[in-house]
Amino acid sequence: MPFVNPKPYQEAAKIALENPQLRRNLGKATTAIREKRLKVVAELPDWQQLRDAGAAIKENAMQRLPELLLQLEASVQKAGGKIHWATDALEANNIVSRIVKAHQAKEVIKIKSITTDEIGLNDALKGTGITAIETDLAELIVQLAHDHPSHILVPAIHKNRAEIRELFLKSFNLEPKDLTDEPRALAEVARRYLREKFLTVPVAISGANFAIAETGTVGVVESEGNGRMCLTLPKVLISIMGIEKVLPELRDLEVMLQLLPRSSTAERMNPYTSLWTGVHTGDGPEEFHLVLLDNGRTKVLADEVGRQALHCIRCSACLNVCPVYERAGGHAYGSVYPGPIGAILTPQLIGLESDHAQSLPFASSLCGACYEVCPVKINIPEILVYLRGQVVERKTGFFNLEGAALKSMAWVFMDVKRYEFAQKAARVGQIPMTKNNKISSLPGLLAGWTNSRDLPSVPQQAFRGWWRENKGKS
Amino acid sequence: MSRETMLSTIKSALGTPRETSTIPRNYRLKTGEKDVLHLLEERISDYRARVHITKDIQKTIKDILERLQITKIAVPHDLPETWLPNSVEKIIDHLNLEPRELENAQAVVTGSRLAIAETGTIVLDHSTHQGRRALTLIPDIHICVVFERDIVDNLPSAISRLHSSVEAGQPITFISGPSATSDIELNRVEGVHGPRVLEVVLVKLEPDL
Repeated sequence: MPFVNPKPYQEAAKIALENPQLRRNLGKATTAIREKRLKVVAELPDWQQLRDAGAAIKENAMQRLPELLLQLEASVQKAGGKIHWATDALEANNIVSRIVKAHQAKEVIKIKSITTDEIGLNDALKGTGITAIETDLAELIVQLAHDHPSHILVPAIHKNRAEIRELFLKSFNLEPKDLTDEPRALAEVARRYLREKFLTVPVAISGANFAIAETGTVGVVESEGNGRMCLTLPKVLISIMGIEKVLPELRDLEVMLQLLPRSSTAERMNPYTSLWTGVHTGDGPEEFHLVLLDNGRTKVLADEVGRQALHCIRCSACLNVCPVYERAGGHAYGSVYPGPIGAILTPQLIGLESDHAQSLPFASSLCGACYEVCPVKINIPEILVYLRGQVVERKTGFFNLEGAALKSMAWVFMDVKRYEFAQKAARVGQIPMTKNNKISSLPGLLAGWTNSRDLPSVPQQAFRGWWRENKGKS
Repeated sequence: MSRETMLSTIKSALGTPRETSTIPRNYRLKTGEKDVLHLLEERISDYRARVHITKDIQKTIKDILERLQITKIAVPHDLPETWLPNSVEKIIDHLNLEPRELENAQAVVTGSRLAIAETGTIVLDHSTHQGRRALTLIPDIHICVVFERDIVDNLPSAISRLHSSVEAGQPITFISGPSATSDIELNRVEGVHGPRVLEVVLVKLEPDL
């Protein structure tokens, strides 16, 4: 995966933590979006039922993946589109550049797509003499600054309006008096620059938020209208999607289109969602290509615990609630997938060999907020603990105490009954060590932990138990 | 080649085929909302788009055009003449106009397929009275007519009505307010690439067409 910073998370985070501006920008943005999200989610009385349905739809789709991909292939072809299969980044990039070259295009316009960042498409195209122009405002900012995205939804979240103004003044040769740092004015600069590109560039490249096997319909969810421009005006459209984005039927959109915008931009609905089915005569591109990408996804699929990570619909809610992300930002994860979802997805996609990949499952305090907000109920803490166990096993041989502890922790987290039993067991087990609700010396190998600190004892009643007894009583 | 490789890798990754569970669809298929018209009005207004509830399409459109000082509009070829005042200059799209020609129009007037009250969303399937996708994209102002009978309560109701459009091979566009971005400090700002102004004409009773 390109943009992978070879530094382990903990080193990269240290550098990020020394940047107070970054922390202010992130703190401000994530606080605002968290409050908005809570409000729009609370509006739907059936939010939990939608999450259950969303989780089941994705799990089902993964189980039926071979069949659904074949069905998607047939329906897209029937509607006049062409399907390409790409096992890895290199193959996907070659497919795209071959299509672009067949149309003698020197430039392509792009809708924001993390999948194309994952395969390093822009650099690959550059190598064959093709310039990729990002049309999403934040992606454009990142591209002009020769920077990397730091957030799934808002790739330039680490930059504030003053920094963006400076960048635009430089990039577009503007006079300081002609541009304020009002977001409206900054968006206007992008509108003027990109309008000409939308009208003249013959090939557009997009990702896909989902593709419906039943009908061959592909969907892109967006805000600015750059997506609609790219999907409508050029003669040729190439969409690249991870194989996990396939959904069985059109009806599944009634769930996904409720879950995604409220979790993502914290809106009831994003400004624009486009659905298209192959090629539409007299309307939009004359040629449509859909590239189905593996690039490590089947490795993730092969792991029964880790495969949940493939359910991700890229909403970024887990980033916005993560205390670790909020402080260190997205770059420290060294991957196009930052935040809690990145901490479980990246190491599985690239493999746990490098120090960088091994460090990612530890980029979390396991507070569980990411699981609470995930619209498709990916149990991120469970996978983090599971991956930690694997890392420890790799580092120290097959069996050791820490690895075994993490493994059993994962096993305990996976099931409510086991979790509650473990809490009860802890309450009994701690009795000989507890004084004034504090444990100040743990036995054996765990003594290192209590040499310099006291450990609060496990409370006599767990919150879950208290809730069961007291819920409904005011 | 890669097709077969990928399919067989996926199959072996999944292991022994398992019974797939049914999807629990016990979320709200209907909201039970009685007054979808006013809920739609409220929710569209939240996106800072303007809503006009009316029984007289032509007069309402005339007022909008005057207020926004619009003298030249683009329309799909099948838009009813009776919707528009005579005074305005029309660029009629028979699917033949170059996008650049559409830039000459200050606004576009279209109908819609349906609207979703709960989310304040207008849905186009680019069939009758709606024109192709570029038409409602390039002009800076979109004046969109929505009939009361086309308002549904929520997203599940909308998707079930859209099956026939998808099967007929129509592209679909969901529009919730004017184009916007949240890319700068996660603050929503209206007006980037699509129409910066959205005016919705909500028609309470069917006029005689």
